[in-house]
Amino acid sequence: MIAILIFIFVLAAFLGFELISKVPSQLHTPLMSGSNAISGITIVGAIVAAGVAGGEFATALGFLAVIFATINVVGGYLVTDRMLAMFKKKKK
Amino acid sequence: MEWLYIIAASLFVIGLKMLSSPETARRGNVVSAVGMLLAIVATLLKGGLSFTWIAVGFVIGSAIGAVSAYRVKMTAMPEMVAIFNGFGGLASLLVGWDEYHMHRDAPTFTIVSIYLAVLIGGVTFTGSVLAFAKLAELVVTGRPVMFRGQQIVNGVLLAAAVLFGIIFIIHPESHYAVLILGVVVSLILGIFAVLPIGGADMPVVICLLNSYSGLAATAAGFVLANNMLIVAGSLVGASGIVLTEIMCKAMNRSLANVLFSGFGSAAGLAAGAGANGEAKSLSPHDAYFALEAARSVVIVPGYGMAVAQAQHAVKQLGDLLEANGTEVRYAIHPVAGRMPGHMNVLLAEADVPYDQLVEMDAINPMMPTVDVALVIGANDVVNPAAREDKSSPIHGMPIINVDHAQTVFVLKRSMASGFAGVENPLFFNENTRMVFGDAKQTLQAMVNEFKAT
Repeated sequence: MIAILIFIFVLAAFLGFELISKVPSQLHTPLMSGSNAISGITIVGAIVAAGVAGGEFATALGFLAVIFATINVVGGYLVTDRMLAMFKKKKK
Repeated sequence: MEWLYIIAASLFVIGLKMLSSPETARRGNVVSAVGMLLAIVATLLKGGLSFTWIAVGFVIGSAIGAVSAYRVKMTAMPEMVAIFNGFGGLASLLVGWDEYHMHRDAPTFTIVSIYLAVLIGGVTFTGSVLAFAKLAELVVTGRPVMFRGQQIVNGVLLAAAVLFGIIFIIHPESHYAVLILGVVVSLILGIFAVLPIGGADMPVVICLLNSYSGLAATAAGFVLANNMLIVAGSLVGASGIVLTEIMCKAMNRSLANVLFSGFGSAAGLAAGAGANGEAKSLSPHDAYFALEAARSVVIVPGYGMAVAQAQHAVKQLGDLLEANGTEVRYAIHPVAGRMPGHMNVLLAEADVPYDQLVEMDAINPMMPTVDVALVIGANDVVNPAAREDKSSPIHGMPIINVDHAQTVFVLKRSMASGFAGVENPLFFNENTRMVFGDAKQTLQAMVNEFKAT
């Protein structure tokens, strides 16, 4: 099990290097805010932490995690969209 | 539900791939967002969850996220990205902590992952908050803060983090307090790591913190044995590292040098002297005549353009020049501004079409044929000392060779040196004219001259 998890980590990291190296410098800011939004994927763990019955303290930790992860996800995607909407090609 | 996770992970990959071209980038972001939505729905459908607090958290988080995303000014994008990043890190810290709280007898691999998630998440959080404060100028200065024995303090903190980690991992059931100590150390470590880094080195730090937030999510993925989390986290981790490397290369510095040297503090000031002579200044009125007669103009924006909010005035002037038959191009240095691609976003906001933007390597060979190079709030990235003066602290950094143009106009507030604290011999060149004043007002004055005729 552990080996599989690490295996997936290594392959995904290589895939990431390949994908990102091809992004032109003009798109680096949206790339950062867009990938930033993806790092909010930890929201999946936060949801479980906030939803599973495990006492008040555990729920509180999960609740906070949901709030912060949601800010990261929602804010990240929206701000990226706002930026990308402005990138225009020259009208011929 | 695993199937939905596989689809979500694929959508992240496809979305990132689509980000590699301006034509597909916006759709790519939507694809990635749909992936996130699927991942969230799949998790909610797992069953056995009570939705009350989840829903309240969604509402609060969405409101804060949406409002800040819509209200932030494009010039403030670096600090926005920094703070979002920090929140992602904090969420991973909390997820790791919660998992330990619920399962203190978890297997060793999970315990190690919990500690890593907490540690990386904590460093990401405080590091990003401090980066945010520096960029938003909430703290006294964006300049690096150095003190005696800083490296020793950092070393001790790191050693403490490792030590607590070992104690915690050997006997996790009985060492709740040690985890808390780990949290505290990671939070302090984040602050101390960003403290000595200032101004123009910020792009590197933001990229690095971006990478950390991804790694924290990966660690949370290990904690929960969730493949999709691991994939998404490592994509971000890799992305941050690639960008960090690009930024370092564009400054000809190693990552270690950026992180520990306190570049731009007092140390840099002594060197790089020798550029003496009289700088020649010019009024916007006289600059207009030169621009009016120019066949080819290259505009080189820097952080000063962002500070002066001058991007719209730049675009206006560019349009008038084009209407006058002048060829107008914008030359962008990779580290201009406070985050990678900062200038591109500002010019896009002002409606400058992206095919008018030229990268450093593409514009340099054409420089000698350019009549006027208009430098707006950039300094170190056009400093010829980086090319010629071996004693200069920025020697070897690739620059935009504006000094090869027929004439150079530098729009600047004063003769103060740039972030690196290095004198710029460009200002004293025979073909350079300084146009002093606020960049926005200067540009506006030029625009008015054009309109008056």
